[in-house]
Amino acid sequence: VSRYTSVTPRDREQMLAAIGVGSVQEIFDRQIPAAVRLGRALDLPDGLGEQEVYAHLRALAARNTSAEDELSFLGAGMYDHYVPALIDMLMERSEFLTPYTPYQPEISQGGLQVMFEYQTAISELTALPVSNASVYEGPSAVAAAGYLAKLHNGAKRFVVSAGLHPHTLETLRTQAHGYGMDVVEVGLRDGVTDHEAWAQAIDGETSAAIFAQPNFYGAVEDAAALSAAAKSNGAVGDGMAGNGASATASKPPVGGATPVVIAQVDPIALGILAPPGECGVDVAVGEGQSLGNRLDFGGPSFGFFAAREEYLRRMPGRIAGETTDVDGRRGFVLTLQTREQHIRREKATSNICTAQALNALAGVVYLSWLGRRGIIELGELLLARTHYARETLCALDGVEALHTQPVVREFAVRLDGNVAAVRRRCAARGVNPGVDLQQLTGRDDDRGGLLVAITEQRSRADIDRLAEALRVAVAAEPADPISVAVSV
Amino acid sequence: MTQVTELPLQRERAQTIFEKGAPGRRAFVCPQLDVPAVDGEQLLPKRLRRAQPPRLPEVSEPEIVRHYVGLSKRNFDLDSGFYPLGSCTMKHNPRLHERVAALPGHARLHPLQDPERAQGALELMWSLQRALAEISGLPHVSLQPSAGSHGELAGVLLTRAYHESRGERRPKVLTPDTSHGTNPATVTMAGLEVVKLATNSDGGVDLDDLRAKADSDVACLMLTNPNTLGLFDRNIEEIAAIVHGVGATLYYDGANLNAVMGISRPGDMGFDIVHFNLHKSFTQPHGGGGPGAGPIAVSERITPFLPRPLVVRRADGAFDLDHGGERSIGRLRGFQGNYGCFVRAYAYICSLGADGLKDASETAVLNANYLLARLREHGVAEYLPLAYGELCLHEFVLSGGPMKRELQIKTLDLAKRLLDFGFHPPTVYFPLLVEEALMVEPTETETRETLDAFADAIAAILREAAAEGPEVAQNAPYTTPVRRLDEVQAAKRPVIRQAL
Repeated sequence: VSRYTSVTPRDREQMLAAIGVGSVQEIFDRQIPAAVRLGRALDLPDGLGEQEVYAHLRALAARNTSAEDELSFLGAGMYDHYVPALIDMLMERSEFLTPYTPYQPEISQGGLQVMFEYQTAISELTALPVSNASVYEGPSAVAAAGYLAKLHNGAKRFVVSAGLHPHTLETLRTQAHGYGMDVVEVGLRDGVTDHEAWAQAIDGETSAAIFAQPNFYGAVEDAAALSAAAKSNGAVGDGMAGNGASATASKPPVGGATPVVIAQVDPIALGILAPPGECGVDVAVGEGQSLGNRLDFGGPSFGFFAAREEYLRRMPGRIAGETTDVDGRRGFVLTLQTREQHIRREKATSNICTAQALNALAGVVYLSWLGRRGIIELGELLLARTHYARETLCALDGVEALHTQPVVREFAVRLDGNVAAVRRRCAARGVNPGVDLQQLTGRDDDRGGLLVAITEQRSRADIDRLAEALRVAVAAEPADPISVAVSV
Repeated sequence: MTQVTELPLQRERAQTIFEKGAPGRRAFVCPQLDVPAVDGEQLLPKRLRRAQPPRLPEVSEPEIVRHYVGLSKRNFDLDSGFYPLGSCTMKHNPRLHERVAALPGHARLHPLQDPERAQGALELMWSLQRALAEISGLPHVSLQPSAGSHGELAGVLLTRAYHESRGERRPKVLTPDTSHGTNPATVTMAGLEVVKLATNSDGGVDLDDLRAKADSDVACLMLTNPNTLGLFDRNIEEIAAIVHGVGATLYYDGANLNAVMGISRPGDMGFDIVHFNLHKSFTQPHGGGGPGAGPIAVSERITPFLPRPLVVRRADGAFDLDHGGERSIGRLRGFQGNYGCFVRAYAYICSLGADGLKDASETAVLNANYLLARLREHGVAEYLPLAYGELCLHEFVLSGGPMKRELQIKTLDLAKRLLDFGFHPPTVYFPLLVEEALMVEPTETETRETLDAFADAIAAILREAAAEGPEVAQNAPYTTPVRRLDEVQAAKRPVIRQAL
């Protein structure tokens, strides 16, 4: 079906005459060799009218159980936070929805100023001076930060905490393999990065030291201590005798590089958590979905990327900068473009072109909506409810905390029973109790693990309903012998 | 037109949201604390807490709405006017797609929902994979990459994995000098080395140069076909034979797929790996710089290495995520990709069907050639000649070299003057090998009247320069919210956030 076009037979005739050909076919015939022409119709269904397409897509949507259809405690990287109505309205505006990247600043001041405001908001949240205008999403943002470290110091190894999201670890490995970087994983101890092993693993050949805050298991890490240990164990002798330096001062710096400390941080927690910039972190990246973006089965959302000043010229992606026009008016442009692929080609700091501008708009509107007080109030609410949920669940028979670290809006428990079966029983009662940890990580240690996320959309009554569903489900399940063995 | 009196929209001075509002103002009302209050220190010790709150705005909801609606009015967009940005395929974005993507069953579906309770989403992805496979002429698809350049990275990593599986280390990737900047940038990120290929007098790959450079060190040739000149490389079969002859793979940059849907397929041309730009050919709105999606399709020999997970249909007819694939290059991002973009692209394919997609490409090519003809009719050609060829496919590249020499206006000046006529300018200064390049892609969704108006505007600007001198264009634009901006100052002393 011909759709969204306007050429009538009469138009066509006149247009072909202007071109000087007899048919559209002739234009193709004169340019594309017959041997590589398809010569048949594509094997696809016939086109449909708008209402038929709507009905089809609606029927597909109806076969999904969304956060609208059940009481969901799923998280592990994306969260069912409330998206205020004004965000829908602004994202649907043609002027934000339909332009391309702002290559012509004079007619793109709206989008460029949004980027500038977004950069300011991310910079404030992370307490780091420079932010770009967005990258794709969380895990690939970590890989992008790793690439920045490689360009910065040329060392050959990433030391990563096992507290990173498994998708982050895998994404980082995929890309690090490309540019020839080893990835060494440091395990956890009582839910947080094992500080001793962390310090041991980092040396002068470490290009970047990477951890998550809070980590994948919901635990709040001691970010300042992890950063300090990374700095002092990297380039020993560069004058940064920090915590634990005495223990490692005897270790000779092999490559002599100071590792770039990278943290994947949860932005919604940054109203109450010490920001990465004040914890010695060099580059803070993360998944922005929590900030005013829908779940959308995993995307599109946005990744954020903030850093210390010294990394500005190695940043990936677009950056909006302030300037003036010929008459002295304040204005905004894409700046520092000599970093980018369309100028520098093979010498670019990244290949990224299209990023997530519209989703970043939702992010900065959300942060304005929350506001200076709101982000703290929301953080405190999440903290209190998450604590309540952990206490309530762990009071049940057959449920225990996987770790006892502070948690902000997500926590891990271990169930005395088969997690998949427990989850099925809960689902039958309209409750999705959370993510099956081992299914996601594949780690033996995570057997019996359940990761539970609490957002402001989950009230105390909802948490009580979860506890009841879980109580019944765990009681009905015979104990999983292996999980019992592990938890002993 | 060339007045210097300030227009009303120019009198508004830019003020950021951080400069608005007042202490205590707010939009968000926090839900009540409905759980027992616990000592804050016990929940989160002080040393882990933030001491100073982030200085976010303090604004009311009406202020937020007025601020961002105000900003939106300082943007040009596809719904407002012609946007012939070459290589970007700015075709109409149907609003149906926004409606279906916003259905809660899609929009509020968690990415880790159990596959048996996300059957609609998985079926949609599977169906989209099948459609893209058919359109590209390649058997298997991964939807995971987030944008075209992310798809390219997947493609180069796949090529590496393929060669490594055969015990080969091939360090070089060939890219024509007309290629998109993302191609060479991707090669470097994947740890390989770029070797540039020359362009012949027809605008295609220089076969002698290719033969000279194609050897057993070459992992891949990355090609766009039609290329960034809007020209189909007629030697594609021979190119494929040379590349495959040395054991390398052939990569298709799908940025220009809008020229050939249902007409010619990359797989049939001999390509091993293709990326699609769903935000170009399949009309996902671009959002002022994303989101996009860059699915890839591959030949059988590349299939074992595809990123995980894949959407599959099991023998019982149910859809599932396959996390297996021991030879997979692994993930490129979290979860399953930009699903919201898949919903829109799938709705588009459902609306158009096989003949509609072909009609879209045919009309895109008709519109491009008509606009090209109009620009020749008006005597524009003496200043803005077509860089290569006689006809084009979906886009064409003019050279502003003669215009610069004879009228003293550069392509940049022409572009800025077009803003005063209400048009988004074409892509400028790309591809690099064309002097003062102007790359025009009208797309199939524009009316003939719009194409005529654009051609008339170009002719008028050239006439104006000939009659009144170059200053009018050199100082343009005059009617935009701000006029030419000082990019040098912005880069020299970067101010990239609001001072607070």
